[in-house]
Amino acid sequence: MDFRATLKIALRALARNKMRSMLTMLGIIIGVGAVIAMVGVGQGAQQAVQTQIASMGSNLLMIQSGSVNRGGLMMGWGQTKTLVEDDAKAIAREVPAVAAVAGQSGSSGQVVYENQNWATRVNGTEPSFFTIRSWQFSAGAPFTEQDVAQASNVAVIGETVRQNLFGATDPIGQTMRIGNLPFQVVGVLAAKGQSGMGQDQDDTIVVPLSTMQKKINGQTWLGSIVVSAVSQQASYAAQQQISALLRDRHRIRQGQDDDFMVRNLADMAQLADSSAQVMTMLLASIAGVSLIVGGIGIMNIMLVSVTERTREIGIRIAIGATEHDVQWQFLSESVVLSVLGGAVGIAFGVATSLIITKTLGWAVLISPMAIVAAVFFSMGIGIFFGFYPARKASRLDPIEALRFE
Amino acid sequence: MATTLNPEFEELEELNERALDAVIRVEDAHKYYDLGETKVHALRGVSLDIQRGEFVAIMGSSGSGKSTFMNMMGCLDKATAGKYSLNGTDVSKLSKNELAAIRNRELGFVFQGFNLLSRTTALENVELPTLYAKLAREERVGRAQKALELVGLGDRMDHFPSQLSGGQQQRVAIARALVNKPSILLADEPTGNLDSRTSVEIMQIFQELNEQGLTIILVTHELDIAQFAKRVVVFRDGKIRRDEPVLSRPSASEVLMKMPTLED
Repeated sequence: MDFRATLKIALRALARNKMRSMLTMLGIIIGVGAVIAMVGVGQGAQQAVQTQIASMGSNLLMIQSGSVNRGGLMMGWGQTKTLVEDDAKAIAREVPAVAAVAGQSGSSGQVVYENQNWATRVNGTEPSFFTIRSWQFSAGAPFTEQDVAQASNVAVIGETVRQNLFGATDPIGQTMRIGNLPFQVVGVLAAKGQSGMGQDQDDTIVVPLSTMQKKINGQTWLGSIVVSAVSQQASYAAQQQISALLRDRHRIRQGQDDDFMVRNLADMAQLADSSAQVMTMLLASIAGVSLIVGGIGIMNIMLVSVTERTREIGIRIAIGATEHDVQWQFLSESVVLSVLGGAVGIAFGVATSLIITKTLGWAVLISPMAIVAAVFFSMGIGIFFGFYPARKASRLDPIEALRFE
Repeated sequence: MATTLNPEFEELEELNERALDAVIRVEDAHKYYDLGETKVHALRGVSLDIQRGEFVAIMGSSGSGKSTFMNMMGCLDKATAGKYSLNGTDVSKLSKNELAAIRNRELGFVFQGFNLLSRTTALENVELPTLYAKLAREERVGRAQKALELVGLGDRMDHFPSQLSGGQQQRVAIARALVNKPSILLADEPTGNLDSRTSVEIMQIFQELNEQGLTIILVTHELDIAQFAKRVVVFRDGKIRRDEPVLSRPSASEVLMKMPTLED
């Protein structure tokens, strides 16, 4: 009852100068909207990473050639030439914790079909690759060991490549050119979407390793080896064993750096997740700054309002308003301003998030918790920044105030 | 009234007796204002008793201390020295909130400039004191309506002050002052912004209210207006110089009938 009356009075007071109230609210609207959108982007990224972790399986290992002691993710990829197919075979043979192995060698290439062309990455690898990386097929089948043995010109294409090269035509059995070489399409990969790092996983072509090394990039060494351990628990053991084996095979002495890197992909994804979290915090903080500016705007306008209404405050005090009554009156105005602004800001933030998803393609996640937090936070802003003006109003001397013009 | 013997019981009895008579009792009140370098001695030992049902006009030039005295009586300000009892309670001992409660329930204020809230209706203006008395909605509106009807503005409850004449605005202010049924009405130059005929109309309202038992204290600098009261107290230089009953007090309604209307 008291609440409704207070609300009505506060709204009436704010409506006295609609333009001013709306402009003041704008600060909060932008602040809250920005925070909601940024948190949405950050949490969307986090969720995408987590989905990837789940889809990749937690027993995946990646061995990359080149030492990477600079803390980076993919530095030195393929720069060292010591990782070879025999290493991959040795790992499969001698490391019991390993379930399957596939060596990889890659190149970027222009692919052409009839009058369509597309630039993409071409990955040369073994058939075990598809199982290790959990790739499903929407059409056709993977190439075989025989294809690798014969270095056949066959290729498996990803959904993005299929769309851009073949459109409505069935690609299976068709011949396309990779560079200058003809390749027959034997399979199409089921769509996976974007990776947690924002890359289009469907923009890929997979060919037999031997074909890649002999006919496309001419390299005898591998860029990387993907390995699946027998289980998640075994993956750490596998990591150690592979390192030891490779150090031995590459004749790396005690104290020398490895010329390869064994990565537990689940770890990497965890790293990506925490850095996505940090990014979310950072974005939210920057957006939060604009919220503080909005709050300062509220304080400013409330101070002006108090000065303008000095006479009115004097009348109210003379008639029997206590300090608390006056404080409450002005605080309720600033809280209404900030909560209304917050509500509109939430709508604004959600709309912005949807626009970001549509135009940039980034995943965005709006959690109900973020919205509830935004409501409480905007209420807090109203209370915090409205407090000083409200106190000032309540402390006016009624006699002086009544004389005020 | 110092007593050498001070048996608590006796004083209490006396106080109670006094309460039935004196609504306002001021004893040797002093007020100093500190204006940086100078100290202004606005009230220099004022003593005054006002009984229930009185109609007092306070007169004096600027700087005489009458406004300071009114502020003190209205509990808007406290005396620096001396005692002020309102309905038997020593006001100087009260907290800010208790004073606010007194202003809300025991006192009614009427100002020269009406002091209505401009973007609120007459009804809502009159309702204002009831809001601070924390009454329920139906009671608030009911009281406000009755107060407005009492001053003859029952048909203009939804008007805004800008839609009302000076006299009507002052009547709304009077209704507001009465809405919490105070025992004392304090009016500071209530006719200062009104023409002669409207001034007498307002005085008519005051006289009627006083007939019904309301204690009224009025500040004015016009002798004509002061004549409608029953007692005149004159301030000068911070002290009371004269305190006399009004002889041959006119009836405002009679004066109105004899007054030429605005069309003449």
